[in-house]
Amino acid sequence: MLEALFTYRHQLLAGAQMTLLVAVASLALATVLGIAGAAAKLYGPPYAVRAANGYTLLVRGVPELIVIFLIYFGGTVTLSKIAGRYVEVQPFVAGVVSLGVVFGAYMTEVFRGAILAVPRGQAEAAHSLALSNRQAFLLVTLPQAWRYALPSYGNQWLILLKHTSLISVVGLEELMRKSVIVAGATRQPFVIYCSAAAVFLIMTLTSMLLLRVIENRVERGVKLA
Amino acid sequence: MLNLWITVESIPKLLRGALLTVELAATILALSLALALPVALCLNSKRRVIANTALAYIMLFRGTPALIQVFLVYYGSSQFDWVRSSFLWPIFKEPYWCAIIALSLNGAAYTGNIMAGAMRAVPVGSVEAAKALGLSWSRTQMLVVLPQAVQIAFPAYTNEVIQTLKATSLASTVTLLELTGAAQTLVNDTYAPYEVFLAAGAMYFVLTYLLTLLFRRIETRLRIGSGELAGATLKLKQRVEA
Repeated sequence: MLEALFTYRHQLLAGAQMTLLVAVASLALATVLGIAGAAAKLYGPPYAVRAANGYTLLVRGVPELIVIFLIYFGGTVTLSKIAGRYVEVQPFVAGVVSLGVVFGAYMTEVFRGAILAVPRGQAEAAHSLALSNRQAFLLVTLPQAWRYALPSYGNQWLILLKHTSLISVVGLEELMRKSVIVAGATRQPFVIYCSAAAVFLIMTLTSMLLLRVIENRVERGVKLA
Repeated sequence: MLNLWITVESIPKLLRGALLTVELAATILALSLALALPVALCLNSKRRVIANTALAYIMLFRGTPALIQVFLVYYGSSQFDWVRSSFLWPIFKEPYWCAIIALSLNGAAYTGNIMAGAMRAVPVGSVEAAKALGLSWSRTQMLVVLPQAVQIAFPAYTNEVIQTLKATSLASTVTLLELTGAAQTLVNDTYAPYEVFLAAGAMYFVLTYLLTLLFRRIETRLRIGSGELAGATLKLKQRVEA
């Protein structure tokens, strides 16, 4: 029964690689959007605050699958119209953009809370040293906010990693899509999906261990109350 | 630009899909809530074997994508002849029940974890007081621990309810025509992704928004005279996110 798994192991491993790649790329986009969203909510002019609030409210009320479909099929229609011929959005790009946008909304809340946790005196001290608003945010507040953001940031990474499986529905050959293909070829869906689940489990458990190591490292030298 | 006529035409089909979405979500929530209580009790058990079994269950379901779980139950079960020939086959051949089984087991893992955390956060003094009054273990749980745990767990549980509603969209991958599935077939027919998916997204948004309002209402009702549990409530909500 496990021969099938052995024969196709390279396919599944290639899928796992793609899963990690798409997850890391989405995380990068989500982080940028999250920091921008948090900055807009905390420091922005009223219209930016409203835009950021609308963004987080809307995205969190809609399933990820809908966002993926919208960006993949919608993007294809728009690009085709612009180019005047049929242009398909790359599943990888569609996946990274949709997961980046969705998790950017959750990250906005993560960073907003973390930035608020940094003592006000820090920004005030930066201003009194004649740092500009931008410098005070990027050089003083944000580096300290990371520490507060880390536990929730790690949680979002774990959720994001699992949600990459949704991109399989638009044909990106990550672990889930590869499993569907291999399960069809071998006619052993139970074995193949269990293996894929095991690979995901290894990835999430490893992430949890790494996160704990990073959290401990970040907490070094911090006086505990 | 957008062809709003397509949107208007697709609304009846989408509404029918939304109805199935609500039906799925309600069934899954009821089943996972019922399963979550034993999971939580096992997780908090003093016997190592029982607690670790519950922990393994939660780890398995929280550590893997829900989509794989749905596929495992629907496609995976059909690999075995003994499932196909058993009395359970009428259930396992239906994508409807497979989606419900997979997502309920998944939800029970998350909800069980929330419940267990809430029960641990109940002030020790009230349990000791119950003991001093001679209440049995089961009466202590029913009359003292659970009512307080419900208050503590509520905000975290509200998140879980919203997640479950959104997770029902996975049922579309096993051919169910709930809101997402209905939207997909409509897009296949019309090839108007914006008109249809935006309408479907709006319906999901309205559903989650209504649910949030409803649960916030219940929460303020529950909160009457329980200020000391507020800290535990917030801590639990932050901890059970992932």
